[in-house]
Amino acid sequence: MTRTVTDVICPFCGTLCDDLEVVVSDDGKELHEVYNACAIGAEKFLHSQAKDRITRPRMRQEDGSWKEISYDEAIEYTATMLAEAKKPLMYGWSSTNCEAQAVGSEIGEAVGAVMDNTATVCHGTSLIAVQDIGIPSCTLGEVKNRADRILFWGCNPAHAHPRHMSRYSIFPRGFFTGKGHTGRKMIVVDPRPTDTASMADIHLQIEQGRDYELLNALRVAFKGEKLPDVVAGIPKEKIYEAAETLKSGRFAIIFFGMGVTQSLGKNHNIDEAIAVTRDLNEYTKAAIMPMRGHYNVTGSGQVWGWQFGFPYAVDLSRGFARYNPGETTSNDLLRRDEVDAVFVLGSDPGAHFPFSSVKKIYNLPSVVIDPHETPTSEVCKVHVPVAFVGVEVGGCAYRMDNVPIETRKVVDAPEGMMTDEEFLKRVLGRVKEIKGV
Amino acid sequence: MAEYLIKNGLVFDPVLGIKGDKADIAIKDGKIVETTALSNPKVIDATGKTVMAGGVDIHAHVAGPKVNVGRNFRPEDKLFNCTAGHGIERMQGGFSVPTTIRTGYNYAHMGYTTVMEAAMPPLYARHTHEEMRDTPILDQGAYPVFGNNWFVLEYLKNHEIENTAAYIAWLLRATKGYAVKVVNPGGTEAWAWGLNCENVHDPVPYFDITPAQIIKGLIEANEYLGLPHSMHMHANNLGNPGNYTTTLDSFKLSEGIKPNSKFGRDQVMHHTHVQFHSYGGDSWANVESKATEIMDYVNSHDNITIDMGQVTLDETTTMTADGPFEHHLTELNHLKWANADVELETGSGVVPYVYSPNIKVCAIQWAIGLELGLLAKDPMRIFITTDHPNAGPFIRYPRVMKWLMSQEAREQQFDAFKHKDKVIDATNLAGIDRELDLYEIAQMTRAGPAKSLGLSHMYGGLAPGLEADVAVFDFNPNEPYAPDDIEKAFLNAEHLFKAGVQVVRDHEIASNGNKRTLWVNAKVNENPQVMRDVKEKFLRYYTVTLNNYEVSGHYLPNPYVIEVDATE
Repeated sequence: MTRTVTDVICPFCGTLCDDLEVVVSDDGKELHEVYNACAIGAEKFLHSQAKDRITRPRMRQEDGSWKEISYDEAIEYTATMLAEAKKPLMYGWSSTNCEAQAVGSEIGEAVGAVMDNTATVCHGTSLIAVQDIGIPSCTLGEVKNRADRILFWGCNPAHAHPRHMSRYSIFPRGFFTGKGHTGRKMIVVDPRPTDTASMADIHLQIEQGRDYELLNALRVAFKGEKLPDVVAGIPKEKIYEAAETLKSGRFAIIFFGMGVTQSLGKNHNIDEAIAVTRDLNEYTKAAIMPMRGHYNVTGSGQVWGWQFGFPYAVDLSRGFARYNPGETTSNDLLRRDEVDAVFVLGSDPGAHFPFSSVKKIYNLPSVVIDPHETPTSEVCKVHVPVAFVGVEVGGCAYRMDNVPIETRKVVDAPEGMMTDEEFLKRVLGRVKEIKGV
Repeated sequence: MAEYLIKNGLVFDPVLGIKGDKADIAIKDGKIVETTALSNPKVIDATGKTVMAGGVDIHAHVAGPKVNVGRNFRPEDKLFNCTAGHGIERMQGGFSVPTTIRTGYNYAHMGYTTVMEAAMPPLYARHTHEEMRDTPILDQGAYPVFGNNWFVLEYLKNHEIENTAAYIAWLLRATKGYAVKVVNPGGTEAWAWGLNCENVHDPVPYFDITPAQIIKGLIEANEYLGLPHSMHMHANNLGNPGNYTTTLDSFKLSEGIKPNSKFGRDQVMHHTHVQFHSYGGDSWANVESKATEIMDYVNSHDNITIDMGQVTLDETTTMTADGPFEHHLTELNHLKWANADVELETGSGVVPYVYSPNIKVCAIQWAIGLELGLLAKDPMRIFITTDHPNAGPFIRYPRVMKWLMSQEAREQQFDAFKHKDKVIDATNLAGIDRELDLYEIAQMTRAGPAKSLGLSHMYGGLAPGLEADVAVFDFNPNEPYAPDDIEKAFLNAEHLFKAGVQVVRDHEIASNGNKRTLWVNAKVNENPQVMRDVKEKFLRYYTVTLNNYEVSGHYLPNPYVIEVDATE
């Protein structure tokens, strides 16, 4: 017999869909089917059932091979490494729950670590821009119920956030948006002809790296001022048309992704995008929202916000919280040889950091906590597999609009496996013993 | 649990009616007891020192999404004031929006033990509870906002009080909330279209209802349920010249309604941060104080309580569910602006602000707040707040006390204003020579707010049976003192007990306490219509499912549930 668990939250992307239905065996040990999820989300659940899943911690030997160790040994190695390090980097935190993040920060506080999350390579620039200029935003339900002008900038939800358009932005029929997508105008700014762009009413195929210019041109166009014939590769008529489309809406929303946060201009692009949104509020109602990637990268920024006052790149090495992106961000620290140990949980820097940074991790004492084998586990000294958050253990996660949702456990983890939170609590206890706190 | 005897202190307690007489306070098993009940107490010598109950803050923004926006988008607020952890103290940072850890410690240092978070967007209730969980020492509760909620708008359009009450009961339970908060009723919903409701008769777009109907309906629903606290109100038209008429119009909606609560409160409306709602004139050029008119009304109507919202002349961070006001503010000062509209429920905005003594309007706002406090005939109904952090950070409460207690201190501040004469012309403060005493301060910071919250059976006094929340301040009002001595002493309690645990010893944090989260569980008769409406709205318009909405118990590791039965 099987049973169906409803209202399951998907622990993949920042869309944090919470309407999944998962069929599990009666004893709660096996997961059979996942309904309502996108292909990536479904795979995240099903992958937990992989027969070749690693279920015990392992330590790399001198010849490069792995040796299985106990959780106790892994805890001892991790606690000793962190406690002895002068300035350890504790990176990741975006694919775990807030409960684990909170314990992690307590460890960071005890050992004087630098706490950084994946925003450091994606929306960190957005967070800096928000510190410059603020951010007029809203929840995704406001988009569903009110928005009739949707702008996707430097993002491709058709592939990266597959259910975003159907749940929140383009297709749903909400309270004031009874006509669904036929009542909405969709604008896409992207140098590539993506699947998202192919659906747009207006596709501004911008020249690579010219985001700031185009955003600035929109502000000029809002005011009806003169533009050069071509800006960022786009003819001015098309810019005026896009500006008029935005202004004439009842509720406009800009979603933006790494195509604009990590292209030339970085945080200045986002400053300008937020300024576009501010300007639009002179004419109609407008909001802007980053398309956050990991399902709980937003949550780690929130937890550190209330504990330390900063959303990422928090340096605790002096006993109080400091923050200076460019100095206290992971890649800058690694490439300047400023950290002497690396702890990774809930992300994969081996796959996403520059190779020069990955080499540094390879040469340092390092631990990765991850249910999967990843490029990071290939360069770390100790790999600790844990239960999947959102599949085998619940806990709080924050959606891209900062709405917190409590993820659900749907199946048991393989016998004897620890959760992130349990592992961290044990490490914290041991760190306190070593430090004599 | 240890027993304590606080001996020979100068006790100020409105509950026992002690006005600075020497008395002993006994603590056993977390409660105040008769001194005869102690067997082997630790003795605290409080000779020549002031002893009061733990402070109760009825209105502060200390936890939740907009507070965290304030922290994360203002790294400059941490400049020069990050503190390393030591002993049991964890690291702290922030001035106007401190980290949760600092919030707990700073309140404790001021002798406060209970603090209410004044606006919780229901959809973000989890976030608010996570922050409260991580705030040490303080007992806390949070007020979910109702004044722009679609369910409320639709029920009250047809004056369906019973349905509104059933919905309130459901939402309090789902969010683990404490009271009914209303912020710019109708206006924040209008703001979702970039509009506003500036007076109580402005129609709310689409919903065919007015703020007046919302206010009156929510008071009636609140009394139908008999909740511990009354409806908690932030009226329309906040912060605009000439808005005192809107405030009076809002007050008047409570007329003729009697409190129906077993929790000992006498009011049906608590109006918050009234300083921001007491302006005359029709522009910033001729804005003037209407505190006298406001206080004439409050003094003569005993079914209202208010708090001050005192401007403290600091650089701070404004934050409110009054979305249109924050947009107005950013247009005024051109500083950064965050906004967050919340589906079907509410909205909010955050903007930094500098209350400069060199700006005439800021100085006028400063004077208006103090006028409210000094014109109060019944200090049990007018409470000290700064609407933290909107008019200033809560760590200025001792400074507000100094201004209320010392005409000399007020004159010093007047002399420091760039536009002193214009400020005196536009306000009445210079003509008021009243100086409050510590008994009145205890009414305005302890007994009064506890009573208004319906918590006088727990907090606000030193009578046997109450929670053992006791503060000892190194201040002797019987000896000569300078005004600044008041601020110094009340910013730095010598001892503080929270539920019988000594959390401050010799001015140092000695324990992280055992904080509780208060929430109200109101039982109502089954209401199939409301439950059907809830299911329908979640299915069609919310972006989380109904089954993922309720805050589960693990967000409240130490809950204190107040049961209310409205099934009769």
